[in-house]
Amino acid sequence: MKKTLAMVSIGLMAMGMTFAQGAQEVTKVAPKDANKLVLNDIKPSGDLEIFSWWAGDEGPALEAMVADFEAKNPDVNLINATVTGGSGVNAKAVLKTRMLNNDPPEAFQVHAGQELIGTWVSADRMYDLTPIFEKQGWLDAFPKDVIDLIGTDKGIWSVPVCVHKSNVMWYIPSNLKKWGVTVPTTLDEFFATAKILKAKGILPLSMGQTWTATENWENTALATLGAADYDALWNGNIAWTDPKIVKVWENFGMLLDCTNKDASSLSWQQATDMVVNGQAAFNFMGDWAAGYMMTTLKLVPGTGFGWANTPGTTGVFQFLSDSFGIPKGCKNVDAAIAWAEECGSKSGQDAFNPLKGSIPARIDADMSLYSKYSKSAAKNFAEDTIVGSLANGVVANEGFMNDFSSVIEQFMSTRDAKQAAMACGEIAKSNDMIK
Amino acid sequence: MGKKNSKETLYSVLILLPSIILIAVFVYGFIGTTIYSSMTDWKGMSVDPIKNFIGLDNYKSLFTSFINKGFRQDLVNTVTYTIFLLAGTLIFGLLLAILLDRSVKKEGIYRTIFLYPMALSFIVSGTVWRWLLAPSGGLNAIPTWFGNSQGTFQWISSKKQIWQFNWQNIFKVLALVIAVVFIIFLINSIINENKKATKRNSIVVAILLIFAFIIQPLLPPAIATEELHGFNLATIGILLAGIWQYSGYAMALYLAGLRGLSASIKESAKLDGASEFTYYTKIAIPNLKPITMSAVVIMAHISLKLFDLIYAMAGTDNAFTGHPSIRMYTTTFRANKLALGSAMAVILFICAAMFIIPYMIHSHKERLQ
Repeated sequence: MKKTLAMVSIGLMAMGMTFAQGAQEVTKVAPKDANKLVLNDIKPSGDLEIFSWWAGDEGPALEAMVADFEAKNPDVNLINATVTGGSGVNAKAVLKTRMLNNDPPEAFQVHAGQELIGTWVSADRMYDLTPIFEKQGWLDAFPKDVIDLIGTDKGIWSVPVCVHKSNVMWYIPSNLKKWGVTVPTTLDEFFATAKILKAKGILPLSMGQTWTATENWENTALATLGAADYDALWNGNIAWTDPKIVKVWENFGMLLDCTNKDASSLSWQQATDMVVNGQAAFNFMGDWAAGYMMTTLKLVPGTGFGWANTPGTTGVFQFLSDSFGIPKGCKNVDAAIAWAEECGSKSGQDAFNPLKGSIPARIDADMSLYSKYSKSAAKNFAEDTIVGSLANGVVANEGFMNDFSSVIEQFMSTRDAKQAAMACGEIAKSNDMIK
Repeated sequence: MGKKNSKETLYSVLILLPSIILIAVFVYGFIGTTIYSSMTDWKGMSVDPIKNFIGLDNYKSLFTSFINKGFRQDLVNTVTYTIFLLAGTLIFGLLLAILLDRSVKKEGIYRTIFLYPMALSFIVSGTVWRWLLAPSGGLNAIPTWFGNSQGTFQWISSKKQIWQFNWQNIFKVLALVIAVVFIIFLINSIINENKKATKRNSIVVAILLIFAFIIQPLLPPAIATEELHGFNLATIGILLAGIWQYSGYAMALYLAGLRGLSASIKESAKLDGASEFTYYTKIAIPNLKPITMSAVVIMAHISLKLFDLIYAMAGTDNAFTGHPSIRMYTTTFRANKLALGSAMAVILFICAAMFIIPYMIHSHKERLQ
């Protein structure tokens, strides 16, 4: 009896191994057409499925752009597939299973930059959109820095729809006046201001869960390194163990000393609320916070809430963008091209962005449609140096971003700057970020 | 073997064959695939993935490398989740069962109330508990009802850690923990005057202690640098929600057990002058041993499936409430490191097997007797 059991289990193991081999074969059958995108003059028709995480508050913005698209392309049946969840946490996982299953949508939303490049471009699953950019004259319509950040030497991989700025510091002007402090413009000034505020029992800086800490880290890194060295870090020209990077972590540690203890159980909105309620003086957050304060909290930009670049980042625009890319193997390429053209068009961007509270990626948009905050951000976007955001996937691939959040979590309890810099060096290596 | 007998064997094999094949493919096949993937360097979402066989490197990295420090804390968390979830649910479940066993009026209503949390999904109860444990509201606000100042405990975001140990000494710690278990067995066998068991247990304890205090210090440390792990206070919030949700289930198990004891035992105990307390401690609870056994197995493996509860309460990036299953998900589906994620899945699988296999052996032995 025991012998038979043993035989059976060995048999099963063997079957398992053969099956393992089989599974490998299956993945190889996937279409391997390395074909290029071909533009033609055929009027697109048929089904077009666009995949995004713009539901809820952002839904109306997408619908406005869809309406504009449908007016231009009446023969296309647009299927709007959305998966809810902030910054695409759930949507990205759903997309991965669909892509691995060879059932890609015609176009999907993705954070422009390395998040797309590291995952889908390096897997050879995306079309190069350069022909569309050339035909539409977008190489001049978008800032050159942006084209560099969203492309590689092999092509341009997505069409940016909206642009956000991640190095913004928010405050309530009347509160600052009451507490007798001014808006700090450098990190040193910020720490001095924080000292005054702490003495008065006011929290200097409010923060939320881990990804908002990553945002604060990237602001600190930009302030400590300056735009040139910040870019050099992501291009692999500055080592992670460089004393400058250790200094970034030290500054970040000092910044953490200015934040609330319950950060990890707060959403970014709750962190913003702390500033609005007068519990905290400042908050560093991407400029979707402007939309939240204007639309949900009904504050007037300029008087109800104020903004400035995060300390030490004057003249620099830390950029992130939601964009659409076209995966290889999608069924209706012509319609997908039409959608990409809509995403980059002036009318499409001006339909979408005023409703979402973001600014258009084009520099020739009709700014009279936008809010006071957006106007100021658009001005910065056109004039300032543009660098990419880490927390929102522009400068690093998904593997690095994932590991980086553990490094941040570890740093929060150990506060060991050297160790954190070393850990970053290791994760950069293991995620192929060092060339 | 007679002719009839072999025919029967043939029939039974034929009948079992479809399910054996299905299980072979969908259970063992996939386990095999995962084990195979965990020994490769598979990374990324490529159409044509490169999988080089690298042996146990992923496992080595999980247990020793600096960047996977978080995974080791997650493993420690799993142990504490398991111990406290087991202790909490079993104690509260037993208490509730004993209270209900004493012919309470409207018993059905209470039974439903206590069992009801189990009918909710972890996502629902997790969301509610996240609100209840918010730092500036919920439970922390209760003292203000009595005029006291608000509570300040950070239920799920505390960064404090107690009972710390150094991962360099992991083997010593493991040996001591196992030694403690065997010392309990030893005391038990001495009380029961079981000489054979006493001898066996004392030998095991001696070997473990010799290893922990004499051999281990001679070995090189498990990893190069000191690394502290321990019990994270932030997990108390998660445990509270888990215990709340599953105590009712343990109660239902125990109540069924108590009802299964014949009424005549209780009657005769009473006639012999046993108090209620003596009845429960000396008669009822020892008789409930098989129930406790299955409750332990069920609860232990719920503690390995806490993914939804932690996901709803603390999200995926709260290192202090981490769990291997959450890290497996983020590593595989967010960071695209499919091989490393597979290795984590295999380790979780082994953890589950550690509870299930002894239970199956035990119940198999009992059936033979």
